[in-house]
Amino acid sequence: MTRASGFSGLKGLVGTTAFKLSVVYLLASALFSAGLIAYVGWSARRLIDDQIGQTLTAQINALTDQYRIGGARRLTSVVERRSREPGSFLFLLQEQTGETIAGNISGVTAERFIARKAVITSYKRLDEEGQTSEALVRTTVLPGNQRLLVGRDVEERDRLNTVLNQALRILLGGLLIFGGLGSFFVARRALARIDAMTATSQSIMAGDLAERLPVSGSSDELDRLALSLNAMLDRIGELMQGMKEVSDNIAHDLKTPLTRLRNSAEQALRADKGQSDYRGALERCIAESDSLIRTFNALLLIARTEAGAGADSFVTVDVSRMIEDICEMYEPSAEESGATLICEVEPDLLTSGNRELLGQVVANLIDNAMKYGLPPVAGAMAQIKVTAKKRHSRIQITVSDNGFGIPAEMRGRAVERFGRLDASRNKPGSGLGLSLATAVAHLHKGRLTLDSNDPGLIVILEIQAVGTE
Amino acid sequence: MLGLMRILIVEDDVEAAAYLVKALSEAGHVADHARDGLSGYGMAEEGGYDCLIVDRMLPKMDGLSMIGGLRQQGLETPVLILSALGQVDDRVKGLRAGGDDYLAKPYAFSELLARVEILSRRKAPQVAESAYVVRDLRLDRLSHKVTRAGEDIPMQPREFRLLEYLMRNAGRVVTRTMLLEQVWDYHFDPGTNVIDVHISRLRSKIDKGQARPLLHTVRGAGYVIRDEG
Repeated sequence: MTRASGFSGLKGLVGTTAFKLSVVYLLASALFSAGLIAYVGWSARRLIDDQIGQTLTAQINALTDQYRIGGARRLTSVVERRSREPGSFLFLLQEQTGETIAGNISGVTAERFIARKAVITSYKRLDEEGQTSEALVRTTVLPGNQRLLVGRDVEERDRLNTVLNQALRILLGGLLIFGGLGSFFVARRALARIDAMTATSQSIMAGDLAERLPVSGSSDELDRLALSLNAMLDRIGELMQGMKEVSDNIAHDLKTPLTRLRNSAEQALRADKGQSDYRGALERCIAESDSLIRTFNALLLIARTEAGAGADSFVTVDVSRMIEDICEMYEPSAEESGATLICEVEPDLLTSGNRELLGQVVANLIDNAMKYGLPPVAGAMAQIKVTAKKRHSRIQITVSDNGFGIPAEMRGRAVERFGRLDASRNKPGSGLGLSLATAVAHLHKGRLTLDSNDPGLIVILEIQAVGTE
Repeated sequence: MLGLMRILIVEDDVEAAAYLVKALSEAGHVADHARDGLSGYGMAEEGGYDCLIVDRMLPKMDGLSMIGGLRQQGLETPVLILSALGQVDDRVKGLRAGGDDYLAKPYAFSELLARVEILSRRKAPQVAESAYVVRDLRLDRLSHKVTRAGEDIPMQPREFRLLEYLMRNAGRVVTRTMLLEQVWDYHFDPGTNVIDVHISRLRSKIDKGQARPLLHTVRGAGYVIRDEG
């Protein structure tokens, strides 16, 4: 037997729902993290710029004050002193003509001085030859038309950006690696279990109905699916077993009358015979085919009842009256066969159902009791008792006899289709009565149980009552 | 002796129809055959038939539509529906569509003949008679009394209904299933000799000690009440 390898392999893995979902989730979280980091970077930058802007304004104001107190000379000396302090701000004091008076930078383009707020510009630090850097600068024009620039290098701010960028890269890389691996393993785990299920189902399809889907025991969604599929397989198995038994029994119970039918016809043809012999043979043929037709009709009726036919034509049925009528119908034949038929029925039992089917079931049960319920002791009187009473919201109908009964372990078999117990196989009857009764009980949302009447058999049919007063 | 009847068989199975035509003519009746619903409708509409035997599944026009159409035209010829289905709800559908009786395939010809003969009698307007009389047996429907040669015979209600049905159809064969349907209102096959025992009880009441029995068994068919004078 070949077992399909399922969809294993990388291609199969990538195609799984688990993998696709993981990838989508991964992409979404990467996008979200990137956005978050970008936002943090942008806010931090704005915050830093604001703070630098504020200090620059304070510096400008302080220097302007110096100018106001001591004129250009004092300002120049203050700027020169401050320019020399380590880690200092950037200063540039120029004449209107652009000639530098004091400061620690050069290379600032003239138009920067026109801007009224803090702007980014490039500059060269005088003490660091040739190095161009970026700075945030603020300018003002002094009353003597000198131009004053105060700035702050933004290297630190840029360093923050770099750090954040790096964080983003690490985060994205980590997400990709761990997320990718994670989805790979999740998908592989799911796939492995799905593959196991697929393999099992294929082996079941190939005919091994005893196989069951693996259950990991973690009671996750796959386990639940496997459990319910297994339950379905159990049911199918039961049905198959039932089918097999039914077909075996059909083979026996239909072939027997068919054989008799054929034998009768053949025998009549074989030898020279008179009119009356032919007549007798033909009559036997008709009797046999009638019994075949009865069996077929019974099978059909059971199948249709099991399929729920007739449930749409439910009417209110007077169960008490129905049972009394059936008892009355059978009473003379029971007496004829040497049995007493006792009928104890509570009045006004109503149900919603199919009168014809219910009547037929009660009739079948009485008929069974008459056929198979004869007492084992010679000379003892056969007693068939039919009762109907209300128990809570249900109507309980019982038919009991004082015969051999059915051993507990064989009662299940008795209600099966053609389920005649071997002891009675040679007695008349199709063996379909109890399975029809079971089907009718189910149709009426009730149930049929067999029990010991000690001695004898009691069949209990329970159905839903209506009109509970 | 029953009169000759003209019967129309609407059935697409030619062999089954030929068998019916032959069997009905052997029973002293005249039968025509239509192979589909449409020609059956035409032939039935022209009239002159005492009874129609209609299969449910027919080409061109199904049996129930055909019957429904004829009923709408005001045709009151009794109809016996034949069907391979034969379950309780199918029977109800058939009777609702305008059929008068229903017989499931496969059937015994004796059953079909008995039903057709009783159906066709309905054509004559039925006066609800207050009493039935067969020779010296008298059943009074109003007082619920049965007498034979003037002597009272006590009857159970069910026995009374059994006898009433037999006497209403006096001279015609009544089958066991017909009795089950008419007297008990059930359509299933009671299997054992349930009906026979009821009949033999009834017989012992009305025929016991009488020189001329009236309730006869027709072998392979059923029962009949008649004065075989």
